[in-house]
Amino acid sequence: MDRVLVQTNVLKANQEVAAENRRLFAGEGTVVINLMSAPGAGKTSLLEATIPALKGQYNLAVIEGDLQTDLDSQRIRALGVPSHQITTGTVCHLDARMVARALAEFPIQKLDLLIIENVGNLICPASYDLGESLRVVICSLAEGPEKPKKYPVMFHKADFVLLNKTDLSPASGHDLKDLMTNVWEVNPRAVVFAVSCKTGVGLEDWIACLREVIASAAWQSHRGYESSNLCSQA
Amino acid sequence: MHEISIAQSIIEIAEAKARQENSRCIQVIKIRLGEFTTVVREALEFAFEVARLETLAENARLEIESVAMTVRCVICGSVSNPVRAVCLICPQCGLPLEVVSGEEFQVEYIEIQIEAERV
Repeated sequence: MDRVLVQTNVLKANQEVAAENRRLFAGEGTVVINLMSAPGAGKTSLLEATIPALKGQYNLAVIEGDLQTDLDSQRIRALGVPSHQITTGTVCHLDARMVARALAEFPIQKLDLLIIENVGNLICPASYDLGESLRVVICSLAEGPEKPKKYPVMFHKADFVLLNKTDLSPASGHDLKDLMTNVWEVNPRAVVFAVSCKTGVGLEDWIACLREVIASAAWQSHRGYESSNLCSQA
Repeated sequence: MHEISIAQSIIEIAEAKARQENSRCIQVIKIRLGEFTTVVREALEFAFEVARLETLAENARLEIESVAMTVRCVICGSVSNPVRAVCLICPQCGLPLEVVSGEEFQVEYIEIQIEAERV
């Protein structure tokens, strides 16, 4: 019997496709958001609240991941924005290959912002890089304040965390401060927005921040930089 | 429950290496699994039992080495192992802690029977 060293990351195949996706996105100067949350936290509602504010100014598109239906995709198309549905069947997350296949039928030329709405799940999507520029996690106050502690990997890897349904604080008896503290403890570097997609409270800051991100990507693309170049120059 | 597809990835990596070494029989697959990942050891062990059928790893044993989560403060240098409710703020400095280990997830080695031995 022989022992042979392998030392290969188990998710290597996914990471390689994600790197290809990322190169493609960088070449187009497209900002790509991987939007993740538990089912019902408000991913599609956030898109419905965000897209109308940006679509006059930027070219946007959405890729929707869902186990069974294309209901969310219909909601996005109703806003007048192209939307492509990936139906995963029983798979509980999107992976880089699914996104690469979707891109073959869903051209992203001249897109400023592509939002990929992942399958509602706080566990598996955390492990699968799609090639995104930003990982955005939504957690609703109605879910209680412990979610970041129960699913620390998901929250730890987020760039932005949106705390949604803040209007339900009195009705749910949950305190926004407790939820914010828990996000901070698992991810001190995350940028946190407290919002209500229903009342619109807090969305202004989130949308202003997205505008900054898009402008910065456009600047980098204009200068012909890719993120790897920026890193090596730093 | 993504452990099935993860078990398949592990087997694909092991099979590719075994073929490279001209072996058609994998006996052991050793992996390192960090505590700060989304993979549950027991679920992975169960998934492996199913995923290995009709592969070169059909008779292989999956050995899992758990890697503890370790964090370090970049300011004061204190090292600790967060337990249960993860808190990544240094209790002394109040600044973010960096994760030193616990995010590992790799196939470390395989043990194979090479063709010559079987003849």
